[in-house]
Amino acid sequence: MRKNYERSLKALQDEVLVMGSMVEKAILRSMEALKNRDLELARQIIAEDNAINQKRFDIEEQCVELIATQQPMAGDLRIIIAILNMVVDLERIGDHAEGVAKIAIMIGDEPPIKPLIDLPRMAERASQMLREALDAFIRRDVPLAKKICDDDEEVDNLYNQVFRELLLIMAENPRTIGRATRLIWVAHNLERSADRITNICERVVFIATGHMEDIGASKY
Amino acid sequence: MNIADLVNEKNTGLPPKNAPVDGKLRLEQVNLYYGSFRAVKDLSLDIDTCSITAIIGPSGCGKSSMLRLFNRMNDLIASARVEGLVEFDGVDIYQAGVDVVELRKRVGMVFQKPNPFPMSIYDNVAFGPRRHGIRNKRALDEIVEKSLVQAALWDEVKDKLDQSGLSISGGQQQRLCIARVLAVEPEVILMDEPCSALDPIATLKIEDLMRTLTSTYTIVIVTHNMQQAARVSDMTAFLMVDDDRSGTLVEYGATSEIFTNPKNQKTEDYITGRFG
Repeated sequence: MRKNYERSLKALQDEVLVMGSMVEKAILRSMEALKNRDLELARQIIAEDNAINQKRFDIEEQCVELIATQQPMAGDLRIIIAILNMVVDLERIGDHAEGVAKIAIMIGDEPPIKPLIDLPRMAERASQMLREALDAFIRRDVPLAKKICDDDEEVDNLYNQVFRELLLIMAENPRTIGRATRLIWVAHNLERSADRITNICERVVFIATGHMEDIGASKY
Repeated sequence: MNIADLVNEKNTGLPPKNAPVDGKLRLEQVNLYYGSFRAVKDLSLDIDTCSITAIIGPSGCGKSSMLRLFNRMNDLIASARVEGLVEFDGVDIYQAGVDVVELRKRVGMVFQKPNPFPMSIYDNVAFGPRRHGIRNKRALDEIVEKSLVQAALWDEVKDKLDQSGLSISGGQQQRLCIARVLAVEPEVILMDEPCSALDPIATLKIEDLMRTLTSTYTIVIVTHNMQQAARVSDMTAFLMVDDDRSGTLVEYGATSEIFTNPKNQKTEDYITGRFG
């Protein structure tokens, strides 16, 4: 029954996965651009963010159309409402990646103040959380969604570590303040991204259980 | 003016009007048979005063049979037999000594197809009160106006009360039928697919009217239209045919829960359109 509707609902979820992988790629590539000082790549990421924004609008339109024409109920309604929220978070994570790319351009060819170790780790962790969140979404996996929210603490700890380390460098050598501050912005972008991934996980729990709960209380 | 003031009190076997009890209507382990066929099985539920309860489910699952339990309309079918407890204001309405005419006055019914009597709009509304002994013209005028106002029809028909009840539109006819029910001052209104013969605008008018009436009346509605159940009701009961072809209550709960997060997979499948 309702074959076309079922197909549309499935296609909508596939689109979320496509958008999710675009965003995941943006997180990793923006870190690559920063690490390798690849300004060309950075500019590319900034340009590609438009495609992520457009994807969000496309998905929202599909949601509105399904609601208006099919009057989805119960679990189907929860999926669509969750997606409407999830795409906002995904789009914002894309903006954070774009932010990192912009910082990479700002830093340009200024001499490095330290080798980048924890920041790439944060990006790696955030992109892994996002991948798992999309898995949890497709499988309606509540335990996995909750585990990802717990993992956010690791990103918070890395953020804290990067922050303290950079403070120390600035205190020791005030000439690094400009460069160090930019790296703090990068860390902040990544920390916010991980937080938004926990929002996505909360929506996964909502789809599966019908309950809205705050499961990822970030320290920051 | 209250009809009860105008007619003689008699022993009806029913509780006093609007008796303070928990729950207006109650079913406890009710089975309804048509001959040897069990149409509904082991129904148990409570319906609150001044609420709208929607009964939904696939065709032939016993929705209308369940609705007709509440005013003993199934009595009109010779082979019908009821087991279990059906209570109205805490009184078993199937016990001996219950005045069924009085019961049906207090538990009124609106049907699928508007069925005005072939008489004037005024006489349609005045029909019930006259049958219950009211002859005073002024009293009847008051009841007719009040009922038509409550049914949100007064402004549309006040200048043509002497015209035939069949001369107005389908939506107006259905509101006339509701006015006719209201004229005998019921406490419960049973509605069996009241909008299925109406266009969308007339349907929304009836739904709006139902929401207004629920401040005073307890309404139970059978509907095929799930959107209507979602829009209009406070509580929803989902019925389905069991393996032995009897209607059973699958889930009963707050409409907001049933339509966003039903507990039973069968309810979920039905309201998302995956079967039924």
